[in-house]
Amino acid sequence: MHLKSPDDLEQFRTRILEKRKAQDTKKRVVLCTGTGCRGAGALDVYDAFKKALGNKSDIEFKTTCCHGFCERGPITIIEPEGIFYQRVTPETVPQIIAETVKKDQMIEELLYQDPQTEEAIPAEKDIPFYKKQNRLVFGHNRLIDPTQIEDYLAVGGYQALVKALFSMSPEEIIAEVKSSGLRGRGGGGFPAGRKWESCSQAPGDVRYVICNCDEGDPGAYMDRSLMEGNPHRVLEGMIIGAYAIGAHEGYVYVRHEYPLAVENVGIAIEQAHKMGFLGENILGSGFDFDVTISKGGGAFVAGESTALMASIEGYVAEPRAKYIHTVESGLWDKPTNLNNVETWANVPVIIEKGAEWYSKIGTEGSKGTKIFSLVGKINNTGLIEVPMGMTLREIVYDIGGGIPDGKRFKAVQTGGPSGGCIPEEMLDLPVDFDALTEAGSMMGSGGMIVMDESTCMVDVAKYFTNFLKDESCGKCTSCRDGTLRMYEILDRITKGEGKEGDIELLEEIGWTTTEASLCALGGTAANPVLSTIRYFRDEYEAHIKDKRCPAGVCPALITYTIDAEACIACGKCKKECPTKAITGEKKVPHEIVQAKCIKCGTCKEVCPVDAVKVE
Amino acid sequence: MSEKELVRFQIDGLEVEAEKGQMLLPVALEYGFEIPHLCYHEAVSPYGACRLCLVEVTKGGRTRMTTSCNYPVDAGIEVATATENVLRARRMILEMLLARAPHSETILTMARSAGIEETRFPIIDDADGCILCGLCERVCREVVGANAITFVNRGDKREMAPPFWDPMACIACGACVYVCPTDCIKMEEQGDERTIVRWKRTLKMQPCKSCGKPFAPQFQLNWIVDRVQLPKDFFELCPVCRKQKK
Ligand SMILES: Cc1cc2nc3c(=O)[nH]c(=O)nc-3n(C[C@H](O)[C@H](O)[C@H](O)COP(=O)(O)O)c2cc1C
Ligand code: SF4
Ligand code: SF4
Ligand code: FES
Repeated sequence: MHLKSPDDLEQFRTRILEKRKAQDTKKRVVLCTGTGCRGAGALDVYDAFKKALGNKSDIEFKTTCCHGFCERGPITIIEPEGIFYQRVTPETVPQIIAETVKKDQMIEELLYQDPQTEEAIPAEKDIPFYKKQNRLVFGHNRLIDPTQIEDYLAVGGYQALVKALFSMSPEEIIAEVKSSGLRGRGGGGFPAGRKWESCSQAPGDVRYVICNCDEGDPGAYMDRSLMEGNPHRVLEGMIIGAYAIGAHEGYVYVRHEYPLAVENVGIAIEQAHKMGFLGENILGSGFDFDVTISKGGGAFVAGESTALMASIEGYVAEPRAKYIHTVESGLWDKPTNLNNVETWANVPVIIEKGAEWYSKIGTEGSKGTKIFSLVGKINNTGLIEVPMGMTLREIVYDIGGGIPDGKRFKAVQTGGPSGGCIPEEMLDLPVDFDALTEAGSMMGSGGMIVMDESTCMVDVAKYFTNFLKDESCGKCTSCRDGTLRMYEILDRITKGEGKEGDIELLEEIGWTTTEASLCALGGTAANPVLSTIRYFRDEYEAHIKDKRCPAGVCPALITYTIDAEACIACGKCKKECPTKAITGEKKVPHEIVQAKCIKCGTCKEVCPVDAVKVE
Repeated sequence: MSEKELVRFQIDGLEVEAEKGQMLLPVALEYGFEIPHLCYHEAVSPYGACRLCLVEVTKGGRTRMTTSCNYPVDAGIEVATATENVLRARRMILEMLLARAPHSETILTMARSAGIEETRFPIIDDADGCILCGLCERVCREVVGANAITFVNRGDKREMAPPFWDPMACIACGACVYVCPTDCIKMEEQGDERTIVRWKRTLKMQPCKSCGKPFAPQFQLNWIVDRVQLPKDFFELCPVCRKQKK
């Protein structure tokens, strides 16, 4: 089926919708097989459903990619009621079919339970994790089998493209994107419309657009999930952008470690070609555009714009000086417009609903929504999409469900490895590009790691600095040696070898790394150190001056003791201690021989009455 | 674009003139400004790795610190070569470089003139004096054309080396030895053999047909004959004898 005009498309869409309408009231089983749920065994569940339903079942069975609540995977939804089953196993599949699908009976054990009220919540939309979100970009994931272009068309896909190609001029599109206030979601937050405009006005006949799906932040997977789950949405954004800018060739740069993203965007490109959304004379508009996949090798720095372009050209992914902007001279020295996956995915909705509608969401300086990966010491982890300007408190407590085990919130690290840590006093900070930067952190690509009182901030700074020292390309002295030297000092401090003056030295190195390095990796690499010093200086001082780790994390700085009064002399710790450092008899309170203790914490873990103390 | 466009701008308050797009560092040096630099050499393209040549540039009302070796000049910019920020960053960078090349006279001199006597950082012995400026690699690739060495690894593991530690493309010409700012590439000649110590490359030298003295690696001479398509016997004589013959 090759669509030659907008009418062709609308007729085709009508046919899909009519067919679906008839099915809408019928039972459907929707299983998430995104990377997160796959990790939790979704493919086995898939096989079980296939087997149980057989081939000629009148029950529709479909798979989608990520819904966001991956921690609860594999996730299965029973439509049309929208019943949300979590942690589904192959063993429970026959029961789901027999009871829920056939007899409309709910299976209590598979439902999500509100941790506070302990009540089971049947419908996805009522689960607090989802309730406060605004899933403008991510929401369609749960309706779409990414390998079926019909699914995307059924939710209105490629409508924005028709509008752009047939009723807007390139200038009008750029003006729309500009006034929508859309800012780049890849980290820098540069206004997308302005970038498009510069690129479209740069001299030259050949221009490129690129989609950045490198996503190298450890623990972040929003771009990847979007690409896996709704690749047509990203492509639609790119085609609109290409038309506005005047590009006829595009690249999707995706790391090869994301095989499902590579596969799904590959299928999507092929389908879009077949149907006439890509290739020559798109939908009869006279506009030609093609997209090629370029696979990256997996260095963090390869996500940086100039390094990425070098990598597509076949060179080592190393940043270069940008006195001539890539919008004028980028890929193969041609004007090039690079945007992040999520940025591109925002474009169709802006065109469809208009800049005015879009710019009502968000804050003064940051419009629309942002997808975050919410992880760490928090009850609900997963991918969330919220309007810009939501406070950290709402994210952590309302969506994230607060801190587990009755522990106390300490900080949230935002912005990926080179982001910063934001303390409890700032929980009411509205999350947007500028507020985060002002707080000494950044939006980055949207990582959010929650930390509780048992986290040592010096240790956290050390962890991220270690990552950055490994991932710096190594070109600039200030970045390569700056991160190395900060790491060495942090390592010393956590080992109890901190010296007077270390904090000041860290600040001095951090300043130089920030100010003197070429690319944004170096420019932000000191954030973990500088932000933890800014908000948790006393914790550094405790390590250096008192040789004490207040959070009880750094092994060299803590001692384990057994509270004789609390000890019930059960002998568990004595048995489990790997170095046999614990003495004690039946009925006699146990004791730790400090000289033998290696501070592994096993005794504290196994003690049934919490008699082991760390200081 | 072939027409040379001259632009005027200021360096530390002095009106200067240069070709538009020319790099700032050579222009400033020409005018007599002292800007320390280690990874820049006029024979090869600028790279911006050592970060010593920092200056502050004001353009369109915005001031920022930038390396001058790869900054193309433009009309009306204001350059400040020795601001508080520049000196502050440079001191730290020199301290870092000193820990990689503690015995290099060049770096010691630069450090001293910036007020740095010693480094607070542990010496990186493995660096063996290399500050990763990349000059040797650029000379080898851009001038010699041998492509015998390359940066390997990233982050603090980065080093300069022949690819896969196999120096088979090295012609032992010694261009890298000449250009290295820290003198950490040594060349040795013993009998009829020449060794580039750092790259572990040893080549036999060709004896002069007239005086008998070995004068250049055979591999290098064959390589040149091949590339430039010279007559096979072009390098029979050493440079001294060839001059006399003429
Ligand atoms: C070290 C480093 C890594 C980066 N990694 C990514 C990445 O994985 N994905 C991404 O979209 N942008 C990444 N960026 C930002 C890009 O350089 C670029 O700003 C972005 O792709 C532009 O798109 P946007 O304007 O839509 O955000 C990275 C930047 C740096 C300095
Ligand atoms: S700042 Fe760091 S990552 Fe960026 S070019 Fe310099 S050394 Fe490479
Ligand atoms: S060997 Fe010398 S020239 Fe080559 S990178 Fe190291 S310091 Fe620079
Ligand atoms: S001389 Fe400019 S960065 Fe090295």
